[in-house]
Amino acid sequence: MDYRRYGFIAAIVVVLIGIIVKLGAAQVSPASIVASMIATTIAVATPLTLGALCGICCERAGVVNIGIEGMMLTAAFFGWFGALYISSILHVGPMTSLLLGVLIAIISGALMGLLHALLTVTFEVDQIIAGTVVNLLAMGMTGFCNRQLFFGAGSAFGGQIPRAPGTLPRIHIPILADIPFIGGMFDQQPIAFTALVLVFVAHFVLFYTQWGLRTRAVGEHPRAASAAGIDVIRVRYINIVIGGAIAGLGGAYFTLESVPSFEPLMTNGRGFIALAAMIFGNWKPIGALAAALVFGAAQAFQINLQLFRDVIPPKFTFLQQSSVVGLVPYVLTLIILTGVIGKTTPPAADGVPYDRERRS
Amino acid sequence: MTLVLEVRGISKKFPGVVANDNVDLDLQEGEIHCLLGENGAGKSTLMNIIYGLSAPDAGEIRLRGKPIALRSPKDAIALGIGMVHQHFMLVPVFTVTENIMLGAEEKRGLVLDRRKVSARVRELSKEYGLDVDPDARVEDLPVGAQQRVEIIKALYRNAQVLILDEPTAVLTPPEVDELLIVLKGLIKKGVSVLFITHKLREVLEVADRITVMRGGRVVASAKPEESDERSLAALMVGREVILQVDKSEAAPTHEVLEVKDLSVGGRHPGMDEVRRVSFTVRAGEILGIAGVQGNGQTELIEAITGLRRPGSGKVSLMGRDITGVGARTLIEHGVSHVPEDRHRHGLVLSYSIADNLVLCTYNQPPFGTNGVLHDGPIDLYAQKCVKDFDVRTPNTQTAASSLSGGNQQKVIIARELGRPVKLLVVNQPTRGVDVGSIERIHRELVATRDKGAAVLLVSAELDEILALSDRIAVMYRGEIVSIVPAAKVTRAELGCWMAGSQTPTVESAAEATA
Amino acid sequence: MTASDSPTSGLGEKIRKLTAPWKVPALAVFTAMVVGAILIAVAGGDPLAAYAGMFEGSLGSPRAVAETLVWSTPYILTGLSVALAFQGGLFNIGAEGQLALGAVAAALVGYGLPGLLGGSVPAIVHVPATILAGGVAGALWAAIPGWLKARTGAHEVISTIMLNYVALNIVSFLLNGPMKDPAPDNVIARTPLIAESASLSPILSGFRLHWGFPLALIAAALVAWMLKRTTLGFEIRTVGANPEAARYAGMKVGRTIVVSMALSGTLAGLAGAIEVSALNHRHQLGFSQGYGFDAIAIALLGKTKPAGVVPAALLFGMMRSGAPRMQFLTQIPVDVISVIQALILLFVAADVMVRRLYRLRGERERVVITRGWGS
Repeated sequence: MDYRRYGFIAAIVVVLIGIIVKLGAAQVSPASIVASMIATTIAVATPLTLGALCGICCERAGVVNIGIEGMMLTAAFFGWFGALYISSILHVGPMTSLLLGVLIAIISGALMGLLHALLTVTFEVDQIIAGTVVNLLAMGMTGFCNRQLFFGAGSAFGGQIPRAPGTLPRIHIPILADIPFIGGMFDQQPIAFTALVLVFVAHFVLFYTQWGLRTRAVGEHPRAASAAGIDVIRVRYINIVIGGAIAGLGGAYFTLESVPSFEPLMTNGRGFIALAAMIFGNWKPIGALAAALVFGAAQAFQINLQLFRDVIPPKFTFLQQSSVVGLVPYVLTLIILTGVIGKTTPPAADGVPYDRERRS
Repeated sequence: MTLVLEVRGISKKFPGVVANDNVDLDLQEGEIHCLLGENGAGKSTLMNIIYGLSAPDAGEIRLRGKPIALRSPKDAIALGIGMVHQHFMLVPVFTVTENIMLGAEEKRGLVLDRRKVSARVRELSKEYGLDVDPDARVEDLPVGAQQRVEIIKALYRNAQVLILDEPTAVLTPPEVDELLIVLKGLIKKGVSVLFITHKLREVLEVADRITVMRGGRVVASAKPEESDERSLAALMVGREVILQVDKSEAAPTHEVLEVKDLSVGGRHPGMDEVRRVSFTVRAGEILGIAGVQGNGQTELIEAITGLRRPGSGKVSLMGRDITGVGARTLIEHGVSHVPEDRHRHGLVLSYSIADNLVLCTYNQPPFGTNGVLHDGPIDLYAQKCVKDFDVRTPNTQTAASSLSGGNQQKVIIARELGRPVKLLVVNQPTRGVDVGSIERIHRELVATRDKGAAVLLVSAELDEILALSDRIAVMYRGEIVSIVPAAKVTRAELGCWMAGSQTPTVESAAEATA
Repeated sequence: MTASDSPTSGLGEKIRKLTAPWKVPALAVFTAMVVGAILIAVAGGDPLAAYAGMFEGSLGSPRAVAETLVWSTPYILTGLSVALAFQGGLFNIGAEGQLALGAVAAALVGYGLPGLLGGSVPAIVHVPATILAGGVAGALWAAIPGWLKARTGAHEVISTIMLNYVALNIVSFLLNGPMKDPAPDNVIARTPLIAESASLSPILSGFRLHWGFPLALIAAALVAWMLKRTTLGFEIRTVGANPEAARYAGMKVGRTIVVSMALSGTLAGLAGAIEVSALNHRHQLGFSQGYGFDAIAIALLGKTKPAGVVPAALLFGMMRSGAPRMQFLTQIPVDVISVIQALILLFVAADVMVRRLYRLRGERERVVITRGWGS
């Protein structure tokens, strides 16, 4: 991939970490700051990574998917609801409830993926409109179900929100987690770990296996793939549904790993930042991970800034407002889009509906 | 001789047109069978059916006597039917090896075994005389090499029947010869070849048997020994075809277009598509640029018509420097352009004929004044154009998409000739157009010349160039290799130049016309 | 004399021709409401009572009608905004951000202009200035992604979405900081009240219906006229239908893209400005949620033509204003209309479904705007 791009990413991360180190110099050691920043970055980047992987799955097969936000939101809600129901009504233990909740989240994401595939591949609806449908449907359904199932007359819990089974516990890998500076990488919650692993799995599948070759052919030149005997429709369906499942896992992060509660619209645009990460990473899993980490680093920066609030020179206090630092991922994406930092090369047939019976 | 493939009673309809009507065809083992027909005769449709890309409405196909049902190309490939498409079915960003193994991948466990496939590709390459580099990216390869990849793709899958759809459309004359040699080698090894083309010369050179299609039907079967170009052309078109255009001697006057040392960059830096091209066109003459497609003609035209910035050099119109000037200014100064791709560049298909006719002049009186459009004058003008140029349509509000190719082309020509023309640039004016419209369009071009305009004609059809041009320039790999008066040049010489040979000799002339 | 010569069949033919294009949108709405009814039933409610409540809440009294029209006003304008962009071949998902910045700009002029000019400003100047400020802010904000697309090929879907969030962040920053209402008892993020002279008055006292609604209708007429009858409209539509053919015909494609986006943004900005000037008389954080995506549904339901956008916007306005009454009467949450609106968009976009369901004849109409991320 473009070295300019990797250099740009590395530079930003170094600068962000450096600022915090400088601010906290009086109170905390640089090593622990760096470790903490890295750990937070990875955790916070999790939904972005997973969302970007979802995007890559779909777009490498030639289908634009802007509904990642909706897929994650749906999964966040239904995974959450499922975990609550299983733990408080079915009286299953917390860990199992959470894991089942994750499963439900994955399935919800996959179902939304199925909807997107149905619209774009079978009905050949414009792909961005299809993504908009997914988003709108997700927003409406989660809002509706949130009110109905928790507060409405037919509430499943009799009008009271039951106690949550908590969040997925951290997994601390011994020895590796104690490495100075980067140890934070090995002390994460399960979904964060899974996300990192999935990146490399995706890379392997996409570039070294038969399935990956066929998927990429479908995304670059579906007619050629069809002439080679590949079922373009099937490949697209499977990729989009798998993508939806991955987005579902990303949704599970919000309500089952990050904070044990659901707020309407809590994904807050993360699905779109994931799209940006995918574009930034040039539709490659490892590149997308790098981009997600930058965006995560910005968020980690803002969180850590709060800790050292009093040490910030007065000129810069406005930086700690979430509305200022929150700008970073969006502005970075815009810069990337303009192509000044390397060319973006999407799959050639990305966004073009596949018309099976054509005259030629 | 065993019958390898029998096609019986195949019919296929698309909305609005019958593509194949009760077609019968045989292919014998080890023969090269040519399927001849004009654009739109139904040849490609038939081949897509044989290859499983399309399902017929009626009829059956037998392979070595057994009826076969093809649900997709996968079935066809499994039965030993391979196809080399007119527009290559290759993924540009993949390597040769990856393209060849797509759909028939070799694996070691979960991992793709690229090395094994590369080795096999090298074997086939040597065995059949098809030179390719397995690790090259297809998008970096020249057209002839890409075609070789397509053929190896079929051979890799043990194709016994090889279908080639218009394979020579994009090849230079020596590349065509190479291909024909390869084909003859293939049939010696027992492969049977079905060769689709509309080029009469090639058919007579290489076919064992010929089948002619017209309007979706088979109209004749012939043997090359018993036919000649004229009879085949007549069968293809249904009547005696006059390959000449009735035109008087040109009387060129002042210089209109001067192109000097023009260079236009291409996709890769350092590789110019157009290299230091110079020529002039005078009022009252037609300069035809001959050459196989892909030798820089498109980029040259784009640079002259204000659609692309040249890298260096100069373009002048009536003495005025117009290098790099935008399309609108050129339109206002009397340049008319009939582009190569009428669907993508020439028309807005969803617009009415009337709207398409004012696409360039909508902001000029009487069609548009002070930013407001006037429907009345636009409609009157449209009706006049439709009448003058014989565009077959119920009315001027019909969408351009519902017109035939020939009528669409006539609309574009009506539009471009409906303004005062100093320079007319036409690129592939009769591609995909029915014969009646071709004759009409040719007449219009000559008439424009006779009215005093300078005409720059680019065409991949050598016959068209020879019929229309007063002077002919040949482009090869971005350069003009010669400019000669049309009356003084032979087809053989043009063929040589088109193939890159600088000085035609008797021997190479004979090869080039083969 | 044959049947086709009789006068009534001629009229019948005319009516059929006029209504034919609207069959699918109408049936899409109907189907969405049916599916919505199923959803309501599954959730334990009574669909007929719910819809009756919605109807009562939206059209059941003069006050209800006024409310419906009030809700419809921003829908008309944002619907026009997205529809205009669609006609130009562009996907403007940024109506949200353009509206927010338009609202902020209008509020600024609304409360700040008197101070700047050192005295009170006559309403005849202040009101247009306030509303214009919103339009200009929206235009500038939308011109950015337009310019990015024209210059670098950056796809406007991503850039408008990103700019939405940037806009919302900017508004949040301003409303928590420099533009915060300095009144001593104020703690929330909002601007000061705009001057009386900057407010669009209600049409009839006692109702909230204000002059913004007729303004929106005028905007729709203007947009329709512009698209059909002006050379600019011709350029916009041609670039939208086939940018390459437009280029070959000499049109300046890049410039047209920027102009299309700017006009689109103006309409969205106007929506925000009118909300501030006529309704809330200030801008408060959180007041512009959700218009962006609804506008897409409205634009598509109206087949991207102003003549269709207005009734589509009225429909959405009806649903929005009727929902609280429905919730009050039947306990069905108002969020159900978001689901119904999503379903409407689904059925409009996948018109094949509707055609098959109701056995409609005729060619399917494909709305394909996406051309991938490349330029």
